[in-house]
Amino acid sequence: MKISREQIEHVANLARLNLTEEEKQRFTTDMEAIITFADQLNELDIKEIEPTAHVIPIQNVFRKDEAKPSFDRDALLANAPSKADGCFSVPKVVE
Amino acid sequence: MFHPDYEIVIGLEVHCELKTKSKIYCGCTTEFGGEPNTHCCPICTGMPGTLPVINEKVVEYAIRAGLATDCQIAAFSKQDRKNYFYPDLPKAYQISQYDLPICYEGKVDIEVNGENKTIRLTRIHIEEDAGKLLHEAGEGTLADYNRCGVPLIEIVSEPDMRSQEEARAFLEKLRSILMFVDVSDCKMNEGSLRCDVNLSVRKKGQKEYGVRAEIKNMNSFSFAVKAMEYEAKRQIKVLEEGGKIIQETRRWDQDKGVTVSMRSKEEAHDYRYFPDPDLMPIVTSKERVDQIKASLPELPDSRKVRYMEQYGLSSYDATMFLISPRMANFFEVAAENSANPKTVANWIMGEIFRLLNEEEKEAAVIPFEPEMLSKLVNLIEKGAISNSVGKKVFEEMWNTGTDPEKIVEEKGYKQVSDEGQLTQIAEQVLANNPKIVEDYRSGKEKAFQSLVGQMMKATKGQANPKVVTDLLVKILSE
Ligand SMILES: [Zn+2]
Repeated sequence: MKISREQIEHVANLARLNLTEEEKQRFTTDMEAIITFADQLNELDIKEIEPTAHVIPIQNVFRKDEAKPSFDRDALLANAPSKADGCFSVPKVVE
Repeated sequence: MFHPDYEIVIGLEVHCELKTKSKIYCGCTTEFGGEPNTHCCPICTGMPGTLPVINEKVVEYAIRAGLATDCQIAAFSKQDRKNYFYPDLPKAYQISQYDLPICYEGKVDIEVNGENKTIRLTRIHIEEDAGKLLHEAGEGTLADYNRCGVPLIEIVSEPDMRSQEEARAFLEKLRSILMFVDVSDCKMNEGSLRCDVNLSVRKKGQKEYGVRAEIKNMNSFSFAVKAMEYEAKRQIKVLEEGGKIIQETRRWDQDKGVTVSMRSKEEAHDYRYFPDPDLMPIVTSKERVDQIKASLPELPDSRKVRYMEQYGLSSYDATMFLISPRMANFFEVAAENSANPKTVANWIMGEIFRLLNEEEKEAAVIPFEPEMLSKLVNLIEKGAISNSVGKKVFEEMWNTGTDPEKIVEEKGYKQVSDEGQLTQIAEQVLANNPKIVEDYRSGKEKAFQSLVGQMMKATKGQANPKVVTDLLVKILSE
């Protein structure tokens, strides 16, 4: 399957990646190879196979509704690159 | 009010916070407020290596909400990751449900201007709430993740509404249902119920829907109605001027009274959903569904019919009492204990609702027990006090919470029906008002009412009006 340069740029943008010209070239080729490889699945007859929602055959793993003590805030914020007033501080976002 | 050639098409996405004790995937409290980031742990702040496990109550509540809105309950349901970058979401994805929601194909019946209509529900799915961003004047944006991971259900309607009144009726009905089945407090001021509005317009008779705009995050029904009115007018104007509607996200600016376009979200709509590998599928048996169904209380629709049939209420009054389970309960207890439920309804509609604002009505913030209202109505019904004295007693009940029987006893409010006692007073009144008596004798009907008024005044409103009338007629014709 052919992958366009626009598709690579779109995916990179969604992942917040800034790619260089050289990387865009390389990933276009790489991605094409990966998708082509995966395309082999289309050759299989899957009429009889149930869609897989999860690879592990376990279901209904539930927790009781019980409130437990939360985490120490200082510990929680310990690795934050930036913090202020008990909050994680992030670059300004404007709606 | 709008262009006569156009029709409005509205669909709603309602987010409702569930009233669990703990968050959806961790044991942190769901309590509202708290110092920033004190209701948080590594799971709800999206630290690497953590494992979320779903709260069983969330599944139960979602199914309750689904059953109360005539939904099908999915035998097999799964949770998916919805990916987007925004700092209110520490994981850079929200756990939600994509193609296999827990409930689907439901309906909610509404009544607008005496007409009934069914609004179809597409689905109800489970998801986690996001955190709160504090936009300070300074350089950065601060993130408080206390709300992050609070369980939500999102209820998605079909585009079945054709006016903002229908949308409002739908929201109010849905809210009442969610409160009655006890899955949410639906506190608007705490954001536990909010909606996104999808609105488009089209020429009447046109089959295809017009291009729609989405108005995000409305947390007040009246603002939502205003936003819909504005947006419909805006779209009609654009089309009438030969322009085109762009599919976009808008927000309501309450101060300016307009909807404003938000940054183009075309790309943000590419959410790249995929099944969350940390969470196992939810399988619900028919037995489980039946068990939950059996635990549902009587729903607002059925209560409304019952109030109308059993207590003779109008559709409007019945709907007013169904604003919340607390209010409905107050009415029902008061009605059950009184000789005249219709009069009980009138007191609530008249005096009580006059003294309460919307929020207080809903919470039924009434300073006395419902049985006291029954007693008051019964005192009037059996003629122990007159209606006007009843109002005085009510006022005192409201201010002090005192039992009406006690108030009547202590204040000596008992209605006077004793003819002998009233005759004495009547003779006095007639002697003191010779002019009015003369007027009456010369044929002025009005003069009679004036004499009745004097009698009531002389007895501080405690004379039985029927006895007074008969008595005056008798004395004056002698
Ligand atoms: Zn947590």
